[in-house]
Amino acid sequence: MNTQSNAMPESLQDSQGIAPAVMSPTRPMYWSVRRELSENRSIYLAPLAAAGTTLLGFLISMIGLPHRMGGLSALHPAHQRESIALPYDIAASVMMATMILVTVFYCADALYGERRDRSILFWKSLPVSDLTTVLAKASIPFVVLPLLTFAITIALQVIMLLLNSAVLLASGMNVAMLWTQLSVIQMWLLLLYHLFTAHTLWPAPVYCWLLLVSGWARRATLLWAVLPIVAIAGVEKLVFQTSHFAALVGTRFIGDTPSVAFTPPDTFPMDPATHITRAGFLSTPDLWIGLVIAVGLLAAAVRLRRYQGPI
Amino acid sequence: MTVIEARGLRKVFGTRVALDGVNLGVEEGRIVGLIGPNGAGKTTALHAILGLTPYQGELKVLGRDPWTERDQLMRDVCFIADVAVLPRWARVSHLLDYVSGVHPRFDRAKAESFLAKTDIRHASKVRELSKGMVTQLHLALVMAIDAKLLVLDEPTLGLDILYRKQFYYSLLNDYFDRGRTIVVTTHQVEDVQHVLTNLMFINRGRIVLNCSMEEFESRYLEVMVNPEQVAAARAFKPIHERQVLGRSVLLFDRVDRQQLAALGEVRTPSISDLFVAVMGNHAGAAQGAIQ
Repeated sequence: MNTQSNAMPESLQDSQGIAPAVMSPTRPMYWSVRRELSENRSIYLAPLAAAGTTLLGFLISMIGLPHRMGGLSALHPAHQRESIALPYDIAASVMMATMILVTVFYCADALYGERRDRSILFWKSLPVSDLTTVLAKASIPFVVLPLLTFAITIALQVIMLLLNSAVLLASGMNVAMLWTQLSVIQMWLLLLYHLFTAHTLWPAPVYCWLLLVSGWARRATLLWAVLPIVAIAGVEKLVFQTSHFAALVGTRFIGDTPSVAFTPPDTFPMDPATHITRAGFLSTPDLWIGLVIAVGLLAAAVRLRRYQGPI
Repeated sequence: MTVIEARGLRKVFGTRVALDGVNLGVEEGRIVGLIGPNGAGKTTALHAILGLTPYQGELKVLGRDPWTERDQLMRDVCFIADVAVLPRWARVSHLLDYVSGVHPRFDRAKAESFLAKTDIRHASKVRELSKGMVTQLHLALVMAIDAKLLVLDEPTLGLDILYRKQFYYSLLNDYFDRGRTIVVTTHQVEDVQHVLTNLMFINRGRIVLNCSMEEFESRYLEVMVNPEQVAAARAFKPIHERQVLGRSVLLFDRVDRQQLAALGEVRTPSISDLFVAVMGNHAGAAQGAIQ
């Protein structure tokens, strides 16, 4: 104790003598994102768990593989591709569904958790602006989760591909068909494009709405997020006998982008190529209207955080 | 240098007036105790100073408007608002990483040397620490920040006397110097009596007493008066009178020490006794005004 308190005055003078350390403006942002990752470990644990489970299922399905592959060569090439790619498409779909779930639960808690556990009083005692904090939180659904999902999906599919090849080789079969039919690079590029268009930019207003409600509601954030939508849809149905609003929110949420109308409504598309959005997606006004709304909601969330304290 | 300057600071929650035109100035190098009953406006005043709540009136902290410039202000201001606001999910090492990541004036080595004197381990999660240890951890983080103003809102609430003593001991010996200013609110006034340089009482959103501790000591005197001299003592118009073990204790404001010495044993009152006297009179005056 004594040695420490004797040493203090010197070190204080030292630190006052030097100019305050200049800090790059991106550092608070970087650390705020790190904070989100350590506070919400489900961001990476949930996709990893989903990938692990998928891999387990794939391993079990390996048992009958040589037999099925033997029968494949008799099929039409289009059906061959379908049959070979199916496990890979299922894997990608599981990862995407996981991403959507994690995003929804993350966004609904993002600005609520820090108020509930009163830690907002600690975060606000540090030189990090509300803008930085809210943008760091928004970066999880808009940047971190799509990239992470993409990386984990690729890793998962590579492991599946290697296992697949190993099983085929061990049973003395030709692996060429597997590799030529899959066209992995195209599959991955489509996946990346699909993740960022259909599941990030297109549902942006939904995610930003959840973020805003999480900064406002005093409890049950998901309920408060859904209730106004149900109410508006109900009023619309009563007054106009239409359900445009519900359909609008629904398509935003599921990631049903405007140019995928050719998907049959009663089947869930597994092949990313069937519901990939066309290049024209980026020029559709609907997308940009949605993004403008998303930015507005985010700006409201930034403003709201200034006023909010613990609950 | 004036660290905090408020003119006509006002804050209304619905129909309740939390701050009713507060004027105050806090100079550099002071340790100011802001003392008041529950609901007096202490926390609201501190939240306004820290940019956590909007307000009416003029307020400058280190020359900045706290409401619009909170993030810049927090480079030079530090606060512990309430006990146990550290995120419970975080590990000690996470917090050290984070604060050194975002705070340009945080000295990590200093925080670690403070922590080395406690039982807190880097791998521990905040939720695993006792209330006293969470306060030690928060204090270690805050004291390692080279800030000009430190604001403490009930920092020792619910802690046992050992932790409370140690808290103020560390603050005085390892942190405070003439370049720094501390504002503290607490209900445990006896803990801070010998720590403060300045004393402020707040009641019903108004500052009802504002003096330095030297002024407090020279201005207020308490006399334990013998029964036969009570009438003579009352002639000096005590601001408060109470009974202790059958003897009267009278509290005087600006009465000559020599004159009082003739009446009985003279001593400096405790802050809590003055608090009871001032608040009692204030409440009485307010009731009188209503009647």
